[in-house]
Amino acid sequence: MADTDDASRFARIALPHLDAAFSLARWLVRDAALAEDVVQEAMLRGLTYIRSYREENPKAWVLRIVRTTAFDHMAQQRRVAEVPLDHAAELPDPQRSPEAAFADAEGRTALARAVAALPDELRECIVLRELEDMSYRDIARIAGVPLGTVMSRLWRARQMLRGAALERQP
Amino acid sequence: MTNPACERWHLLLQADHDGELTASEATDLMVHLAGCAACRAERDGLAALSEGLRALPRHAAPAALRAALTRQAAMPPAAAPPRPRRAWAGGALGLALAACIAAVMLLPRAPDPDAAAIASHIRALQPGHLTDVLSSDQHTVKPWFNGRLDYAPPVRDFASAGYPLLGGRLDYLAGRDVAALVYGRDRHIIDLFVWPSDQSGSAEHVASGYNTVAWNGGGMRFVAVSDLNMAELRGFAALWGDAGR
Repeated sequence: MADTDDASRFARIALPHLDAAFSLARWLVRDAALAEDVVQEAMLRGLTYIRSYREENPKAWVLRIVRTTAFDHMAQQRRVAEVPLDHAAELPDPQRSPEAAFADAEGRTALARAVAALPDELRECIVLRELEDMSYRDIARIAGVPLGTVMSRLWRARQMLRGAALERQP
Repeated sequence: MTNPACERWHLLLQADHDGELTASEATDLMVHLAGCAACRAERDGLAALSEGLRALPRHAAPAALRAALTRQAAMPPAAAPPRPRRAWAGGALGLALAACIAAVMLLPRAPDPDAAAIASHIRALQPGHLTDVLSSDQHTVKPWFNGRLDYAPPVRDFASAGYPLLGGRLDYLAGRDVAALVYGRDRHIIDLFVWPSDQSGSAEHVASGYNTVAWNGGGMRFVAVSDLNMAELRGFAALWGDAGR
């Protein structure tokens, strides 16, 4: 049972990363209210795991719990249709200028939509890498996959996002 | 389309972009890039995408969630042994959050909703935490609380008297979820906490540079907190009296 020392230790570790926790949950479950539930539950879980906390990177530890909780919720719900993987076939043509695609507000809105449309396992990698600045090793630990898988998922996610952007820009 | 022969360079390009390359790999890649326009374009594409992704809006944790979790952390479900009377000095947490946690931790022993109200007010002043529902329309703010609270707080706009309603949020005070209404007065912010209570009597309070005015009416406890001067804060409280509290 968690006692006060556990609770204060947990608060010291987790609360500084609350915004990151919520942001990750929000990107994964794609719904603000559901993201709140996920973070609430993740924090309760975290409090019960705190005695086994040994990792050197507290943010990665917090995000791992949030990620696991979010995927549990998503598995239960399965209410959002996923974009089929063969979208990945639409690879970008590097001859066309990719630099302009994300420069304006409209481009960023489209980019956010494209991220939301990524398959879950690609979305989590790209959000952890680009928005939360996690290392490959941390992402591997959070997602529970080998390092090579992280690299190939990141590559696929990026190709799909660039493909979506260039589709918008004839 | 990229040269299929370059595929073996792609993950190296990406690792370089992500700052994950070893020195020897980086040297090999540099030599290749010097002679391969397709891979240079690929590298630029990765950079442009990263820039776009990093410019995406962040989803900050809602204030009510932060408040709930702070409370959870400070008061675990187990029967707690005596608590140390101190706020921890977690650098990243910042003074305001520490003050808030300290206030919440002390609550079970010395219930002082007024002190907790000041802590909530300070915490709410941090960027992005002030309002959950942003509206100057009392008919928008009031229904927002439906289903979020087990009571209906009175919501009024006093813009004509110089105290415009800015919005509202859920907060945690006096051992329960409460409505916090946010008002403006010139450049000052007033938080008005409202919850059902049969407590009676008015009170005024100065602490940490913040003024507090508390009163009762219609079965509700009202606590207004602001760095506004006491006279104007009293004026705000009086408006509620005139509105028939």
